[in-house]
Amino acid sequence: MNAPANLKYTKSDEWFDPETGKAGLSDYAQGQLSDIVFVEILVDEGDEIEAGKAIASVESVKASAEIYSPAGGKVVAVNKDLADKPESINTDPYGEAWMIQLEGGSAGDVMDAAAYEKYCEERDH
Amino acid sequence: MTYIPISPKERDAMLETIGVKSLDDLFDVIPAKHRFPKLDLPAALTEMEALDELSGLANANENVRTDLVSFLGAGMYNHYIPSAVDHMLRRGEFYTAYTPYQPEISQGTLQAIFEYQSLMSVLTGMDVSNASHYDGATAAAEAVNLAFAQFRGKRKKVVVSPTLHPQYRAVVRTYMQGIGVEVTGDDPNADLESSPNDLINLVDDNTCLVIVQYPDFFGRVYDYTKLIDEVHAKGALVCVVANPTALAMFKTPGSMGADIVVGDGQPLGIPMWYGGPSVGFFTTRKNMVHKMAGRLVGETVDNKGQRAYVLTLTAREQHIKRERATSNICTNQGLIALGTAVYLSLLGKKGLQQVANLCYQKAHYAAQELSKIDGMGLCFTEPFFHEFALCVNRPVDEVNAHLLEHGIIGGYDLGQDYPSLKDHMLIAVTEMNTKEEIDTLVEVLSEVSHD
Amino acid sequence: MIDAPEKTTTDVKIVEPTIFDLSSPGRTGVTMPASDVPETALPPEALLRSELPLPELAEVDVVRHYMHLSSFNYSVDSGYYPLGSCTMKYNPKINEDTCRLPGFLFTHPLQPVETVQGNLALMYQLQEWLKEISGFAGITLQPAAGAHGEFTGVLIMRAYHKSRGDDKRTKMLIPDAAHGTNPASVGMMGMSVVTIPSDERGNVDLKALEAACDDTVVGMMLTNPNTLGLFDEHIEKVIELVHGCGGLMYGDGANLNALLGIVRPGDVGFDVMHFNLHKTFAVPHGGGGPGSGPVGVAAHLVDFLPEPLVGIIEEGEDELPPLYGFVKPEKSIGRMKAFHGHFGGGHVRAFTYIAMHGPDGLKDISQYAVLNANYLQVRLRDTYKVPYDRICMHEFVAEGRFEGSDVRALDISKRLMDYNFHPPTNYFPLIVHEALMIEPTETENKDTLDAFVDVMIKIAEEAKTQPDLLHNAPSTTKFGRMDEVKAARELVLCCWLPEGYDLEA
Repeated sequence: MNAPANLKYTKSDEWFDPETGKAGLSDYAQGQLSDIVFVEILVDEGDEIEAGKAIASVESVKASAEIYSPAGGKVVAVNKDLADKPESINTDPYGEAWMIQLEGGSAGDVMDAAAYEKYCEERDH
Repeated sequence: MTYIPISPKERDAMLETIGVKSLDDLFDVIPAKHRFPKLDLPAALTEMEALDELSGLANANENVRTDLVSFLGAGMYNHYIPSAVDHMLRRGEFYTAYTPYQPEISQGTLQAIFEYQSLMSVLTGMDVSNASHYDGATAAAEAVNLAFAQFRGKRKKVVVSPTLHPQYRAVVRTYMQGIGVEVTGDDPNADLESSPNDLINLVDDNTCLVIVQYPDFFGRVYDYTKLIDEVHAKGALVCVVANPTALAMFKTPGSMGADIVVGDGQPLGIPMWYGGPSVGFFTTRKNMVHKMAGRLVGETVDNKGQRAYVLTLTAREQHIKRERATSNICTNQGLIALGTAVYLSLLGKKGLQQVANLCYQKAHYAAQELSKIDGMGLCFTEPFFHEFALCVNRPVDEVNAHLLEHGIIGGYDLGQDYPSLKDHMLIAVTEMNTKEEIDTLVEVLSEVSHD
Repeated sequence: MIDAPEKTTTDVKIVEPTIFDLSSPGRTGVTMPASDVPETALPPEALLRSELPLPELAEVDVVRHYMHLSSFNYSVDSGYYPLGSCTMKYNPKINEDTCRLPGFLFTHPLQPVETVQGNLALMYQLQEWLKEISGFAGITLQPAAGAHGEFTGVLIMRAYHKSRGDDKRTKMLIPDAAHGTNPASVGMMGMSVVTIPSDERGNVDLKALEAACDDTVVGMMLTNPNTLGLFDEHIEKVIELVHGCGGLMYGDGANLNALLGIVRPGDVGFDVMHFNLHKTFAVPHGGGGPGSGPVGVAAHLVDFLPEPLVGIIEEGEDELPPLYGFVKPEKSIGRMKAFHGHFGGGHVRAFTYIAMHGPDGLKDISQYAVLNANYLQVRLRDTYKVPYDRICMHEFVAEGRFEGSDVRALDISKRLMDYNFHPPTNYFPLIVHEALMIEPTETENKDTLDAFVDVMIKIAEEAKTQPDLLHNAPSTTKFGRMDEVKAARELVLCCWLPEGYDLEA
């Protein structure tokens, strides 16, 4: 699994980039869900949200998941292209498949990449 | 023990393997004071006795094939069912199978549903059909769930035409109690002569869906294109509840721009069966498929390179999405959907057009003759299909009681649902009604008018 | 216009063409009689449809097509179907005849009640029998399926609290082992779900339940026996806790096949329960429906039942039978579907089945269903781990995995097909790893059960020695494993219209 060091992670497998304010689903989580066939962003540009709010809903061939915001703040952008390319969550979870971008936000309960990797390993056993 | 294939000796051997002395010992966990209640039920019948008992009950009815002539419709219609339909439904391979969760050994059911979906898409002029809902009324209610979900709960109002079937309106209201969607427009005291286009006045930016019926409850055929355009301009969706036989003759709701087309598939080869089971067809646009409730069959290939079918997008459904699913629906009306697929395959393009034309011709003949009777007349002037509202100028229950004495079931009493239509009945005519039957109806009603 | 999918040119093998592929313009299956009335002009052309691209075939083409399709199905009539939670029992053939008696087939739901006394008497009697079997005070036959019955039940629970002015109840307690329909029914009500864990013996965890019980609880939805096939050892305590906080107890009747003549849910304290006539009372599953899901309620909820119910509207006298008709409960939640429920497909078959069993026969059903399940459990428990290992009811759940092997429950299931058995339910309940949920039903003989055990043991052996046999299974069936990702990504949901198919005619 891949967990870039510049990002922060939640226990519910979202990532957050403190520099850009972007957020999405982690590589580990996309692997667990396997082939993702549908994604719906549940917030709109301009919404003020708190950390922990459901921001997206994802469905794979066999499972579904809610994605919660790893941070609070104002939603300044949502990835409108994602709905047409849900599979990009599998192929490029930290790049093309970002979900929302927040401004003026503060991260919620997050951990760094090393802690997150350890957390994922523990769950695999 | 008719259907339990275990001998006493085998039972004892099995009990010994388990390590208990008797069958009763398997139930020690049940609270003692409630264990093994004595059920006050009649003693078991043999098959011969059961058939006799059930035949007695069936014969206590007067049916509309051999005992009575019927002009009753109002949501369920007496059509001819080709013999081959039931021969297929009686195949144990179909009716004793479960939901096709194991596609390798369920391709019969899966391909049949796929074909059903295709036939429904063709009939309605829509992109996609699901594997069906319980009936037309629940399909209409599920259309609201879909629209509500499509706007992520941000639009909380549904506008229901007063000329939607009264029972369908009731079901929509029941379904909406929980999520708090406001139901408007379904006022039986509304002006029933007003154009359906007037519904637009009730649509606002909190409206998720408008529901109209096609032909409407009174049999009238409207082109909803303008209404649909205007509703779309306000950002809301439109569901058309359609009669599938009428769709063989009239332009499709899909071509009018409808977002959801639902209805009851009973006219397509399913017996009336005192109201059910029938099948609720549900079709929509491809962009709403993820929010559509119900099972869905899609095409794929197997590992031998063969074209095959599977239940797809299952992660939308309740068994995976649980409380976040659009609906709790689990089953579809599998066997009944199969019946409609066989019916449509047998009738095909020409046969279904013939049925629709016969309904149209006979209903119009009946309407013309009935409107000649003194003191009776058609209620509306719009084009209609195979049902029309007739003013009889006296209490409908009296008229129907008189008709019944002549072996005729008259029309549905519209006064039950619409105060302004007191003394009006809704008459349905299908290919099953002969000219002679129609003439008898006219004759008996003429007598009534002279009483 | 139909937005037909574009035809691709991959060389996919076609086992059975679709009904559209088979169409040949000009063929007819059924000819309708000519019109016998003077002709009326059609309405304005602007209202008419220009094309009707339905297939065109002769009757023999249609019959052969569906016969071919039928041969691709596994069914109860063809073999053993131990699909947990689904109660795939044998469907007696007489039921197929009784439900098709012309008096039932050809009656219209809105006919005057005087002309359908047979139907109404049957429905009334079935309501009475279901009351007696379950210990409830009132029954509606209207719901179309189990999930529909659940929705009905939850609406009733909500209406009951509301009628008492108790508006703050918004939480439904649901065990972690529950069917997905339970939380989904609650979701349709805009209520929230509180998940209650199971304890180490597979019962509701009483401590967790006690902690969750407060004055915001609508009630609890409990399947008992639960989806592990276990009857809750503290059922009376569970119900006491829920009632104690003012909640109502909902029984998911999915597993009623274990309880006929054994215990009546109403007696134990359940307030509402749905029946699955298609499980317990042998209504065939029909390849996924129609079901039939009547709901029973205790006395304090009778007034909230959906309208209409069948009642006696004029008492009988001497030789005269009563007059049956429809009645509306005082505080009814409303109508759940058009007309009166799945009369022909559900009520008539279930009535026939109950009439042919009587009180002793019904008890036999549950006793033998439980006997068969325990026999299988005992014979398989040394090969497949049974995580909650005690006397089960009509089904049990084993783990489909082995130490040091990458074989999964799915592989075992697919391999069973090679031995001509239908697999058990997989991956449910969620609280068991690699679950194999096995429900034999009472209509299987010992030889079949023994043969199934032998095959299961053999498959466990194969898992160690030739795991690829399992990974690649099934290999003997007409169709192999499916590309489910392709189906979901490409989303082809209706037939290709064949080339040259005349769309504009």
